[in-house]
Amino acid sequence: MECVFGLVGKDFTLVVADTSAVHSILVHKSNEDKIMLLDSHKLMGASGEAGDRVQFTEYIQKNVALYQFRNGISLTTAAAANFTRGELATALRKNPYSVNILLAGYDKETGPSLYYIDYIASVHKVDKAAFGYGSYFSLAMMDRHYRGDMTVEEAVDLADKCIMEIRSRLVVAPPNFVIKIVDKDGAREYAWRESVKDVPVPAA
Amino acid sequence: MSIFEYNGSALVAMVGKNCFAIASDRRFGVQLQTIATDFQRIYKIHDKVFIGLSGLATDAQTVYQRLVFRHKLYQLREERDMKPETFASLVSALLYEKRFGPYFCQPVIAGLGDEDKPFICTMDSIGAKELAKDFVVAGTASESLYGACEAMFKPDMEPEELFETISQALLSSVDRDCLSGWGGHVYVVTPTEVTERILKGRMD
Repeated sequence: MECVFGLVGKDFTLVVADTSAVHSILVHKSNEDKIMLLDSHKLMGASGEAGDRVQFTEYIQKNVALYQFRNGISLTTAAAANFTRGELATALRKNPYSVNILLAGYDKETGPSLYYIDYIASVHKVDKAAFGYGSYFSLAMMDRHYRGDMTVEEAVDLADKCIMEIRSRLVVAPPNFVIKIVDKDGAREYAWRESVKDVPVPAA
Repeated sequence: MSIFEYNGSALVAMVGKNCFAIASDRRFGVQLQTIATDFQRIYKIHDKVFIGLSGLATDAQTVYQRLVFRHKLYQLREERDMKPETFASLVSALLYEKRFGPYFCQPVIAGLGDEDKPFICTMDSIGAKELAKDFVVAGTASESLYGACEAMFKPDMEPEELFETISQALLSSVDRDCLSGWGGHVYVVTPTEVTERILKGRMD
């Protein structure tokens, strides 16, 4: 089952997601990137129905870019979170999206932030959050070890503890995870945690 | 599980001597899991009207945003704030518009009307107003709240005593409800000032 979790550090936000693309009992690929770069200083980790996940996050990404082109200035993380919530809420009673989202961002004025956005469009600003069956383990781990002013090393260490917990205790644990970080220097991929590597197939 | 019990909430408003108090719990949960313990359920419409929204969090957020929009328009056109009785009618009409596809939230409205006379009311999810002279309750803990308020309420309490009474009623009621709690948020409003206090109760 899909695991996404995130936490806010001293002056950065971390988002971790599993990288399995699954259809029923079959794992299509184990290097699917579920954390999208919304713009230079925003990350959107999404979990849920595969089609909705990709379509909805791309839609949000393009609209965030459109705002920047039209107005010459980027959206704040709070604004992006509220825009996302608005789109989900409008679609909720017509054609709902089944996507859960963790929106992480860094703003110059307000620093790092993380927003929890439910598939039914409840939004809340949080310090740590998780979705999926993995949340039972990662939230408990973060409740125990999280502090408000963690450095990058400490936060990644905590993320590793969560991943270890998910791997050892979840029956359908995903093998691989990707860790992405957003801070004043921008949003970027930090590391992968792979226990199963996709074998490249030689061209015919 | 009922849709009204998906997120969990507890709201209560009480009338005192030329003042009122409105209180809520702080839990934001998704069924059995607690996501956050600092959720805001009570909103200020203007200095003398407060609204608390219980029930499904996404609908509470949507209804609040629509009400703020309507009230701001009213302020622009009439160049004054809405009276609490008028605001209650607005909320009722807004909810009844969705009679056959309702918002799953129950509002509690509290305000100071003409000559600073305290006004409280609650309504169900389709806008059936229930005016009361003493107290109104809403949320998953409403049954416990009815009992606690009935036992503890006295007419014409001063603001300090009103704060104590509403706090004790809220905390003792949410302790019997697993879906609400994690502290309390109490606003005590007199004609001259608004006091906001956070309560620490059983954090479980």
